[in-house]
Amino acid sequence: MPAVVFDQVAKTYAGARGEVRALAGVSFGIEEGEFFGLLGPNGAGKTTLISILAGLTRATHGTVTVMGHDVVSDYAAARRALGIVPQELVFDPFFSVRECLRIQSGYFGIRRNDAWIDELLAGLGLADKAEVNTRQLSGGMKRRVLVAQALVHKPRVIVLDEPTAGVDVELRQTLWGFIADLNKQGHTVLLTTHYLEEAEALCGRIAMLKQGRVVALDRTTNLLAGTASTMLRFKTDDALPVSVAGHARVTGRSAQVTAHDAAEVETILGQLRQGGVRVEDLEIGRADLEDVFLEIMQRETTT
Amino acid sequence: MNVVSLAGARTLFDKEILRFWKVSVQTVAAPVLTAVLYLLIFGHVLEAHVQVFPGVGYTSFLIPGLVMMSVLQNAYANSSSSLIQSKISGNLVFLLVSPLSHWAWFAAYVGASVVRGLAVGVGVFAVTVWFAPAHFAQPWWIVIFAVLGAGMLGTLGLVSGLWAEKFDQTAAFQNFLIMPMTFLSGVFYSVHSLPSFWQGLSHLNPFFYMIDGFRRGFFGVSDVSPWLSLVVVGASFLLVSAIALRLLATGYKIRS
Repeated sequence: MPAVVFDQVAKTYAGARGEVRALAGVSFGIEEGEFFGLLGPNGAGKTTLISILAGLTRATHGTVTVMGHDVVSDYAAARRALGIVPQELVFDPFFSVRECLRIQSGYFGIRRNDAWIDELLAGLGLADKAEVNTRQLSGGMKRRVLVAQALVHKPRVIVLDEPTAGVDVELRQTLWGFIADLNKQGHTVLLTTHYLEEAEALCGRIAMLKQGRVVALDRTTNLLAGTASTMLRFKTDDALPVSVAGHARVTGRSAQVTAHDAAEVETILGQLRQGGVRVEDLEIGRADLEDVFLEIMQRETTT
Repeated sequence: MNVVSLAGARTLFDKEILRFWKVSVQTVAAPVLTAVLYLLIFGHVLEAHVQVFPGVGYTSFLIPGLVMMSVLQNAYANSSSSLIQSKISGNLVFLLVSPLSHWAWFAAYVGASVVRGLAVGVGVFAVTVWFAPAHFAQPWWIVIFAVLGAGMLGTLGLVSGLWAEKFDQTAAFQNFLIMPMTFLSGVFYSVHSLPSFWQGLSHLNPFFYMIDGFRRGFFGVSDVSPWLSLVVVGASFLLVSAIALRLLATGYKIRS
């Protein structure tokens, strides 16, 4: 049985200037035990899709199931199988970390859960903050509490909506270690992130959304193999010739140009020489997920 | 409701109690002080001039009115402020992702509001009872109307908390609806002392029946029959409860 199924999910909002279509018929499934990545630029519909999964938003059309339970008609069972780490850094200022976790656990019908709560606190590096009021925690600590709250009822499916946005390296390491362990134990993980190297390292399969549609859906290795496989990276102070600039990504002095094969690399180097561009630190390497992502997004714009 | 969802509802109820109890100076002590100030000032000014029921001094008459006013206002404040705070700070999401049904939300929010209302009511009574002789002619009416009134106002607070998007909207609901209806219900006077037009108008105010029925329990006399009051208050409570449950079930303004 798939852990999560999105079937023809569409969502239109009534906006100030007429209807806004956030999702235009999204369909895909996530198998049990998968580590699945959902990627896309801002406004692509990732958070809307996750909100529909969590029951925070209602789909205009289509159905979503979690472990076979419809998120609308069988919401209680669906939500018991689901643990969501929201994107916003929210907290309840009235309570300590332990109180928040006990309350969240109680909402799911588990009134005595201190053994698991202690394990969560230790695993997420929160043990010494258990009795501290959530209001007094730093942003990174609040994020850890959100993760603990999402896991307090041991959900089969864990959803992380940009969990590492604005989070330091240490927490990322702690968090991914903890989530990877849960995934190994059979929990399904759905992740959205802007850090594509994280998605590349963690996710077995990836869906890319753009303007409310799935524009790519494949195993991470296939995505990396299937598109521009070679990258030319270099630094320069000079302006790139138009023929190269069209498919280059420039960040300050650094430039990256995609190529599909060795002949194309030759062509690009020739164009740079002709354009009088002085190149430093030239590297030719394999494309990473960021390159794949940008190529797919650009292709979708031009077609 | 099965055992799991009962435990969930119980947790939300406990959380709502703990929330107001943690700030009890503001949520319990402050309203008690306010009520005592009303009693001292109005009692002092009017004691010698007004006698509403035969053999009952004005201060004695005023105490149940002030107790009930405190019960109603605090029951309203509990659910409305809790919900609007959770909505604005965004932590309502913890509840929205939970499997709790609309019945569980309703029972927990209204139940905790009743507890807060009664806690303040008991506090006000404990402090004011020393100022005038106490009467307990028909105590069952005291309990029935206190619980029903607190339940009704807790439900109104739930509705306004769901509807409001800002703090000033729940405050407006309080200042332009709850306060006038409470003050014009006979907290400070018997509606029989009013000109007949205003007396007729008072009889359209459900808050009048809450206070009149509540006071009946103390003095054994009232402006209208306590059974009529029970029917009016019970029917009003059922009506606002149906509205609140409908809003919760459809996710009005909390699930887009």
